[in-house]
Amino acid sequence: MPRDVWLIFRRDLVLSLRNPAWIFIQIMQPLLYLVLFGPLMEKMVANTPGFPPGDVWQIFTPALIVMIALFGSSFVGFGLLADYRNGVIERLRVTPVSRVALLLGKVLLNALQALVQAILLITLAVLAFDLRAPVGGVVLGLVIVALLSVTMASASYALALTLKSEEAFPALLNAVLLPVLLLSGILLPITTGLAPSWLYTISRINPFTHVVEAERASFRGEFTMDALFTGSVVLLALAALAVFWGTRTFRRENA
Amino acid sequence: MIKARGLARRFSARGRTVEAVKGVDIDVAEGELVGFLGPNGAGKTTTLRMLTTLLRPTAGEATVGGCDLLADPLGVRQRIGYVAQGGGTAPECKVGEEMELQGRLYGLSKAEAHRRGAELAEQLDLAGLGQRLTKTLSGGQRRRLDIALGLIHDPKLVFFDEPTTGLDPQSRANLWEHIRRLRAEHGVTLFLTTHYLDEADALCDRILVIDSGRIVAEGSPDALKARVSGDGVEIGLEPDSVTAAAEVVTALDGAHDVSVVDGTVRFRVPRGDTAMPELLRALDAKDIPMLSMQVHRPTLDDVFLTLTGRTLRDAEEGGEVATDAA
Ligand SMILES: Nc1ncnc2c1ncn2[C@@H]1O[C@H](COP(=O)(O)OP(=O)(O)OP(=O)(O)O)[C@@H](O)[C@H]1O
Ligand SMILES: [Mg+2]
Repeated sequence: MPRDVWLIFRRDLVLSLRNPAWIFIQIMQPLLYLVLFGPLMEKMVANTPGFPPGDVWQIFTPALIVMIALFGSSFVGFGLLADYRNGVIERLRVTPVSRVALLLGKVLLNALQALVQAILLITLAVLAFDLRAPVGGVVLGLVIVALLSVTMASASYALALTLKSEEAFPALLNAVLLPVLLLSGILLPITTGLAPSWLYTISRINPFTHVVEAERASFRGEFTMDALFTGSVVLLALAALAVFWGTRTFRRENA
Repeated sequence: MIKARGLARRFSARGRTVEAVKGVDIDVAEGELVGFLGPNGAGKTTTLRMLTTLLRPTAGEATVGGCDLLADPLGVRQRIGYVAQGGGTAPECKVGEEMELQGRLYGLSKAEAHRRGAELAEQLDLAGLGQRLTKTLSGGQRRRLDIALGLIHDPKLVFFDEPTTGLDPQSRANLWEHIRRLRAEHGVTLFLTTHYLDEADALCDRILVIDSGRIVAEGSPDALKARVSGDGVEIGLEPDSVTAAAEVVTALDGAHDVSVVDGTVRFRVPRGDTAMPELLRALDAKDIPMLSMQVHRPTLDDVFLTLTGRTLRDAEEGGEVATDAA
């Protein structure tokens, strides 16, 4: 099994290194938010009550690296659809390779890609905007990003193989991701001090809100039960569900 | 090596149901080279995908390579090689990488995978292409790569879905040679689909003819041809003398299945060569001029016609066989 995971991981790694543009294309959006939107928020955060603790970069950077995992890993199903059309999936499914390995090999590479992008973004935030965050917090933040990426990528593969449509797949993703982005308080935190109560209530139901909050807490160095517990539990549950869904789809006889 | 009973598969999509395979029995002994012959949409690929664990049958059971299809799909996968009709290479991958990955997924070491890859590249005319991206290969080269990938782990049972489609005559002959050698030198059992009659005729010990999801005939190429009674004769005439000629033909000793199409009369006789002089004399006596004449030994095309009432070509033009769900 680990050998099969490694074989699939390495194949995808070789393919992605053959075309390294992805690192920059995928990171473009969060990067633009950091550079063009972040500075705008600086005074606003300082003068408006209701924001979470910390300065603007401590609030904004962790949210943007969550965004990397959220968006960057959600569209990986496209590549799988291409493999499906080319018959690569069938070719792999007819070999004795474990179906779980087929998924995990791919998903782990997606997590690595998200990590590379997150590290780039954090480095830029530290160098250009004086982001201050404890090393331990950044490391924990990266673990969260990796897990979230695993979640989104697994779900993306499962969804792509279920829909098997290059039109329906991105349409559905966009329809889901925009409200998720707005409701998780990535751009503007949704706190009781800032949001009307109905909006606050909806945002609490969105599981990604809790992930963003845990990420912010770890960048502040706040390693308390209170700050991290909900986010971690939610994320672990989401990851387990997504990987289960993904392997089931790969295993199903008529994928 | 293969034993299937009542294997069937139904597809439902958007309220439409397609009975792609309607219960087939297949027996293939070790070392046999069996052809699966049928027009487009007959259910060949669907049957192969069921036998190779890619598709769950809606009914029926099978053992493949000694393992039960449903109970031990992993055992089946370890014992077979499969080359899909549409191939299965990633455009951005190098030929050498695909071979290595494929070999290693079957449990070969890196060195073994390379050795087998080089061996197959040599045999299948792919030598020197290892560093090329598969998207830069010609159609025929890519097809031969598909075949190499299916054979990388030296399987004892191989499924080929239309292996020679898209190959030029030279590569096709080459591949036939390769397939015969696989059987002769390595005792490999082969099950291949084709809609080329000449291919089934030239290659296979035994042929299963499938039409609309059912096996309609089975036997050696010669045995199948023997089911068509006699040689086919086709004569070309002036359009106004066709009817008169048809009467002459009908009166001919042993002639049957007489049909008239445009300016030609077709019929069968037990011995075409001896019937000809007699026919010529009879036509001459009535002053009917003959423009052309063809006698042919029965082919698998005739077999198909006899069995289904359609030529293989008609069947293909007819397209898919679908039934609307009630
Ligand atoms: N996944 C699917 N969903 C719906 N219908 C399908 C599916 N796969 C095959 N069919 C239908 O099942 C029938 C048999 O198809 P199959 O691919 O087995 O034919 P075939 O004999 O391989 O034809 P060809 O010579 O064109 O390859 C066809 O009518 C086809 O449209
Ligand atoms: Mg087919």
